[in-house]
Order: sequence, then structure tokens, then C-alpha cells
Amino acid sequence: MDLTIAWAGLLVLAVFIYVVLDGFDLGIGMLFAVFPERRDRDLLMNSVAPVWDGNETWLILGGGGLFAAFPMAYGIYMTALYTPIIAMLLALVFRGVAFEYRWRTERWRRWWDRAFILGSAVAALAQGIALGAVLQGVAVDGRSYGGGWWDWLTPFTLLTGVAVAVGYLLLGACWLVLKTEGEVHDRARRIAVVTGGITVAMIGAVSLATPFLEAAYWARWFTLPTAAVAAPVPILVAVLSTWLYRSLTQDGHDLAPFLLTLGLFALCFVGLCISLWPYIIPTSVTLWEAAAPPSSQWFMLVGALVMLPLILGYTGYAYWVFRGKLDPDEGYH
Amino acid sequence: MFDALDPVLLARAQFAFTVAFHFIFPALSIGLASYLAVLNGLWLWTRDRSYLALFQFWIRIFALVFAMGVVSGITMSYQFGTNWSVFSDRAGPVIGPLMAYEVLTAFFLEAGFLGIMLFGRERVGDRLHMLACAMVAVGTALSATWILAVNSWMQTPAGYEVAANGQFLPRDWLAIIFNPSFPYRLAHTLTAAYLTTAFMVGGVAAWHLLRGHGHSAPVRRMFSMALWMAAIVAPLQVFIGDLHGLNTLEHQPVKVMAMEGHYRSYPDGAPLILLGLLDSAAGEVRYALEIPKLSSLILKHDLDAPLAGLDTVPPQEQPPVGVVFWAFRIMVGLGLAMAGLGLWSLWARYRGRLYEDRWLQRAAVALGPSGLVAVIAGWVTTEVGRQPWTVYGELTTAASVSPIAAPAVATSLLIFAVVYFLVFGAGIFYVLRLMVQGPDAVGGPPTAGPLRTAGTVPAVQFQETASTGAASWT
Ligand code: HDD
Ligand code: HEM
Ligand code: HEM
Repeated sequence: MDLTIAWAGLLVLAVFIYVVLDGFDLGIGMLFAVFPERRDRDLLMNSVAPVWDGNETWLILGGGGLFAAFPMAYGIYMTALYTPIIAMLLALVFRGVAFEYRWRTERWRRWWDRAFILGSAVAALAQGIALGAVLQGVAVDGRSYGGGWWDWLTPFTLLTGVAVAVGYLLLGACWLVLKTEGEVHDRARRIAVVTGGITVAMIGAVSLATPFLEAAYWARWFTLPTAAVAAPVPILVAVLSTWLYRSLTQDGHDLAPFLLTLGLFALCFVGLCISLWPYIIPTSVTLWEAAAPPSSQWFMLVGALVMLPLILGYTGYAYWVFRGKLDPDEGYH
Repeated sequence: MFDALDPVLLARAQFAFTVAFHFIFPALSIGLASYLAVLNGLWLWTRDRSYLALFQFWIRIFALVFAMGVVSGITMSYQFGTNWSVFSDRAGPVIGPLMAYEVLTAFFLEAGFLGIMLFGRERVGDRLHMLACAMVAVGTALSATWILAVNSWMQTPAGYEVAANGQFLPRDWLAIIFNPSFPYRLAHTLTAAYLTTAFMVGGVAAWHLLRGHGHSAPVRRMFSMALWMAAIVAPLQVFIGDLHGLNTLEHQPVKVMAMEGHYRSYPDGAPLILLGLLDSAAGEVRYALEIPKLSSLILKHDLDAPLAGLDTVPPQEQPPVGVVFWAFRIMVGLGLAMAGLGLWSLWARYRGRLYEDRWLQRAAVALGPSGLVAVIAGWVTTEVGRQPWTVYGELTTAASVSPIAAPAVATSLLIFAVVYFLVFGAGIFYVLRLMVQGPDAVGGPPTAGPLRTAGTVPAVQFQETASTGAASWT
């Protein structure tokens, strides 16, 4: 087994877990905008309050893992994406503190609510833009970034930015479908239908645009033999989105929409990996060129293999402790 | 106008600003997490309600501080790449894995159990809740351990070799982690976090005592607990700090020259310069208030031992002396003041006047934030004192920086400054407001405002509020 591939796999897994977990709580943050009622907002925030910190820790693992396993790529990407990364960090500051601050003040609560909404939205957009910038490739000069300050800003990256934000809205809405009852639940369901439709359209748009970015992507998707591996992905997307639509509109299941959305995100990840492989910076630096020496990768792999099951175990336990529907009518006497 | 500025200086300023802000919060959350675990343990053991009242009081402050620590910390883990991309590429193979271990062993542990610690007492029962408190405390100490291993390796690198492409390659992980300055730095910094918290708690308690809340059992209890810490741990910290300094003398002698203000060498016994006006251009300390030969006694345990000065070091390898000299004096001065307060409290305790001695309480209020100041001063000593290196003796700061133009760094530095002062300023205001309310207000009548526990555990939360309310009001 190639250590570098193992690390690439672990990182993709960490980023995927981050995207779906923090995805729903960033989504909740943006959804604040359409739930202006104080009581609803309390409910929305409480639905993620016990777990948001854990969710965000996966982002640190993603960044830290990249730093440790592919230090050269980390250095290049952080420089290339300087602006969106800093914007994301600052946005996360605002939304993170809002979890505590809005309960500590009457006069300023509305402002912290806005910080929560805007922070979540900017973080989501910045992540999507970063994704687009990775896909379109960054200029490399030796072992450093060689491009300009605005390279990350193109129509394509704006498209991926919006796509990710809408996807997070969908995740957030599905989370509410799962965690709430009554009026909030019904509204969340309707929001999920709309954002679900837009998400699928966005997936389509990004998928159509991607092959035009790099000849390598085109070859990957439209010539055999790789096209045979790639072909099921769009088909599965179509199947899952139909299923999602039905589970949202034909009442009954509260958990299914969330799981199906996770499935959609997973397919997008598979598609991404198909496009990028074997590059970590398309199409100039391969995974192996950027990799840390084996002694670093071994040392970390041992830790990751021991710790990750434990982490998944107690994270799962924390979710389980706070399982079930929230009760909006009690607790605010 | 930003073009005139040096991108290296800006990147350093940005890193120093954000990490200094970050460290304020862990310094408190490391200490508070342990304090809360102790309080909770004492409550479960003795069923004395004042412990529970203190737990309920400090956990709100802890939640705020922790949230600020998390968001400012996430910024830090990306700043390595944004500001020091060359350093990241080169040193990544060594320090990257250590930081990954920090995430895997510490951050997840804290985050995973934090929710249960804050909101889950009624859901999981007392025993599991106690376990969650303990896990959060362990997690905070572990994260300090790993990040200090990273920092110490940068100060006193060991167990590596340099590859042809300039990367540091790990050779011996044990030697990397247990590098020469790590044990001292770990002991000194963890102790610093506990002291910082103790003085904060003591300051709050003293403030309430001065406001005439001396009848309140929780207030008296926390005052007494904090002053025991001051009496025992502050002298210990002075001792550890001395050991730390000796270790630094061995591995980074130039830093010690700057700390001591020794511009010139002393062949037969160096004086301890207490205060004076530094003149780096002339290379001397004017109007020095000094004690002859004491520096040699402290550092070499021999009055006449020779000590080399900065005149033996090429100018381009000297750190900025003034900053290091003064930061060091602030830290040591505060450390001695803290130990002094500890002794004073023992005397007052012996005389049975702990809760009556107004001057003791005033001093405790004044020293309330002293830990935070000392901690920042200590880090400035450490970090500025190691200049011009990021990896001591191997990689210079100027060679570590990202190829980012000055205007970009200047802009982000400016935004960071504004946002941090705004956001963390508000947070600190909320913390102060909670502190002013005191342990008797929290858990009082439900009008005290919704507990954040509210939504997640609605029915139970009401009972909880009601029962602790009843406790402290009857
Ligand atoms: C409550 C906080 C606190 C207090 C009271 C003290 N220190 Fe300290 N000191 C720190 C908090 C700190 C710190 C923030 O934790 C540092 C920064 C880096 C480190 O390793 O610990 C530090 C660094 C530091 C260093 C620099 C080591 C190096 O860079 O290699 C020395 C020599 C000392 N300390 C010595 C002392 C002495 C002699 C003290 C007593 C009088 C003292 N400190 C009190
Ligand atoms: C938390 C307390 C810390 C504070 C207050 C602090 C402070 C500083 C300061 C003041 C500088 C700038 C030095 C100068 O401009 O001359 C600096 C630089 C730096 N520090 Fe720290 N530091 C802290 C912890 C750390 C830790 C734990 C690490 C590493 C894991 C670290 C890594 C660096 C790096 C990479 C630089 C940039 C290079 C340099 O200027 O030396 N710092 N820090
Ligand atoms: C440049 C260096 C540093 C980096 C990159 C860094 C990174 C981080 C990150 C990402 C978090 C959030 C963790 C979470 O989500 O729970 C965090 C929190 C924390 N950090 Fe740092 N940190 C640095 C310096 C330090 C230092 C010097 C210490 C202690 C000696 C420290 C101790 C802690 C602790 C105890 C926490 C958890 C408690 C809290 O959030 O307040 N960190 N740090």
C-alpha cells in the first residue's frame, strides 16, 4: 500500500466529513435569515450548539493534515488562496462567537444574529471559491506559488462558491427537517425542496464547466477507459436527486432527506477525485511530488489509525446524546 | 503607502498579533477547564451546594472564553501557510505531524465532550458528565503539550536532518518531541495557565468581597481556593522559570544576553541589571540599577563566573534587545508580585483575617489580570528573543516568509486588528459582565436570562434552573 495514497484518501475523508458536518451548521447559520422570529432562531441555534465545535475541528484536521502530509501543497495553496482563506477565517470568527454572544446581550442580539448569518454565508462562499480555484489550477513556481493576487477570482470560482453555499443551505434545511417539528419543520421542508432543486442544477453546471478547464479533465471524463468509471457518477446523481425530491414532498421520512443529501455530496466528492487524480495541484504537482517524507507519513498514520475510530466513536456518542426532536415550546419561561 | 513596508515585518506583526490574542484564551481555558473539573468533583463528593454554584458560574465564562479560543485558534492553524509558506514547506515534515497529533488527540477530545459538559448533565447523568468535564480538562492540557512541542522544536531543534531540497526530515521522533527546551517550556506554560486562572478567580472573588458580598459561601470559597493556588503555585512558578532560564542559557545564550541586557562580556562576574535605559546603538545600559555579580550567581551559581555578552555575537544574529529586556522584566516582576500575594495570604489566613483584610483584597483585584500580562510578556521574551531565526540556527525568519506582497499582508493585518478588537472586545465585555454578576446571581431566578442549555434540554433545564435557584436563594 502506498503511504501517499493512504494519506490522500484520509484527507479526502476528513474534508468530506468536514463539508457535510459543518455544511449543515453553516447552512443553519444562513437559514437564520429566513427565520426572523426570536423563538425559531433560538431553536435553530440550539439544534447545532452542542456539536458545532466538533464539526469545525474537521476543518483543522483538513488543514493540519494537508500541512503534515503535503507541506509543499499546503504552502502553495495558502498563498494562492490568501484572500478567500483569510475571509473564511474571519467569517468563522464572527459566526463562532455568535453562538455564545447572542445569549449574553439583549441590546446587541440582532447584531450577533447578523454576524451569524453573514459569517456563515461568507465562510460557505469562500470555501466554494477555494474549491473552484483548486479545480482550475494555480500557477506554481519552483516550490512556491507563482501566480497573481486575483487568480482565484473567476466566473468559474464564483459559480462553485454559490454552488457550495446553496448545497450547505440544503444540508441545513434537511437537518431542520430531522430535528424539528411543527411550523419550523414544514418550512424547512419547503426550503429543502427549493434549495435541493438549485443544488442539483448547480452540480450540473459545475460538472459541465469543469471539463473545459483542463484538457486532462476532458480526457478523464470523455475518453475510455476512465469514462467507464466516471459514467455512473452522473447517473447516480440523477437517481439520488429524484429520490430526494420524493422523500421531501411525499411526507413521512425525516431522516431520509438528510442522508440522501449526504449521498449527493459524496458523489460530488467522487467526481472531484476522478478529475483531480493523480494531482494535488492540477496539473502541475502530483501527490507524490508534494508528499512529506515517509517517516512523517508513517508517524502520523499510526496516530490517525488509532485515533480516528476513537474520535468517530465519541463524536457519534455526542450526537446520540443530543438525538431526537427539539421541543420549541418549553425552556423559555 | 503600504508598499513602503517590509512584508517580513508585516507578516511577523500579523502572526504575533493573532497568536498573542489566541493565547489569552487558552491560558484561561486550560486553567478553567481543570478548575471546573475540580469543582464538579467536589460537588459530587461533598454535595456542598456552593461548589455547584461556582461550577454554574464559571462554566458560563468558560463557554465564552472557549469559543473565543476556538475561533482564534483556527485562524492560527492556517496562518502558518498564509504567512510562512516557505517555512511550512521546509519544516512541515517535522512540525506538521505534531500538529496533526494535536488535532487528533486533543482538539477532537475537547470538542467532542464540550457539548456534554455544557449541556448534558441531565441527559447523561452525573458520572458521565464528570467524565466529560475531565476529558475537556485533559484535552486542553494535551493541546498545550503538542503545540509546545512544536514551538520548542523551533527553539531548540533536534532529531532531524536537512534534505537537499531544504526540507527538514524527521529522524528520531522522540528526540523531536522531547527536544531540550520542551520539558521546561511545558512545565512553565502549563503552570502559567493555572496561575493565570487562579488570579482571575481570586480577583473576581476579591471584588465581590469588597462589594460587601462577604457572607456568600461561594464567594468566600473561591477566594480561599484561589489564594491557596497563589501561595503554592506562584513560588513554584518562579522556581520553574529559573530552571527554564538556565536551560535557555545552555541552548540559546544570545536570548539570555538580551534578557539580561548584557551588551558586553563580563570576564569576572556579571551584574544583574534590574532597570536602566538601553542604548543599543552605543551598546550599553545607561543609568543602570544593578547588583554586582548577581547575574553570574543566578546563571552560573558562581559569583565570579565569566559571562559572554552581545559583543561576541555578529549584529545580524542579535535579537532586538529592548523588547526582550523589558518584556522579561514585566514577566518576572509580576511573577514576584504574585508570589508575594501568596505569602501575604498565608499570613492573613494564619491571623484569621483572610476575608476581612481589605488591602489584601484590593491587591488581589489589582493582580486579577496579572497572569494574562505575564503570559504575553513571557511569550514576547521567548519569540522575539529567538530572532532572527524561526528554526533556531537553521532557518531565518526572513527566509521563511510567503511570497506575498506587502499591501496584501498590510490589508489583512489591518482587518485582523479591527475584527479582533471588535469581536474579542465584545467577548471580554460579556465575560466581565458575567463576573460582576457573581456566583449568586447565576442559577438564580429564571429571570436571569435564558441559559444556553435551554433549547437542547428544555424540560430538564427548567428544573435545573429551579433547583439551583432554590439552592442559592434559600
Ligand atoms: C503567569 C505567567 C508567568 C509568570 C508569573 C512567569 N512566567 Fe516565565 N514565561 C511564561 C509565563 C510566566 C510563559 C508565557 O509561559 C513563557 C513564554 C514561553 C514559555 O516557555 O513560557 C515564559 C517564558 C520564560 C522564559 C523564556 C524561556 C525561553 O524563551 O527560552 C524565562 C527565562 C522565564 N519565563 C523565566 C521566568 C521567571 C524567572 C519567572 C519568575 C519570576 C517567570 N518566568 C514568571
Ligand atoms: C501563544 C503565545 C505566542 C506568542 C505570544 C508568540 C509571539 C510571537 C511574536 C511576538 C513573534 C514575532 C517575533 C518578532 O517579530 O520578532 C512570533 C513569531 C513567530 N512565532 Fe510565536 N508566539 C507564540 C506562540 C507560538 C507558537 C506556539 C508557535 C509555534 C508553534 C509560534 C511560532 C511562531 C512563528 C512561526 C513566528 C514567525 C517567525 C518569527 O518571527 O519568529 N509562536 N511569535
Ligand atoms: C501558533 C500556534 C497555535 C496554533 C496553530 C493553535 C491552534 C489552535 C486551534 C486550531 C484551536 C481550536 C481547537 C478547537 O476547535 O477546539 C486552538 C485552541 C486551543 N489552543 Fe491553540 N494554537 C496555537 C497556540 C497555542 C498555544 C501556545 C497554546 C498553549 C500553550 C495553545 C493551547 C490551546 C488550547 C488549550 C486550546 C483549546 C482551548 C481553547 O480553545 O481556548 N494554543 N488552538
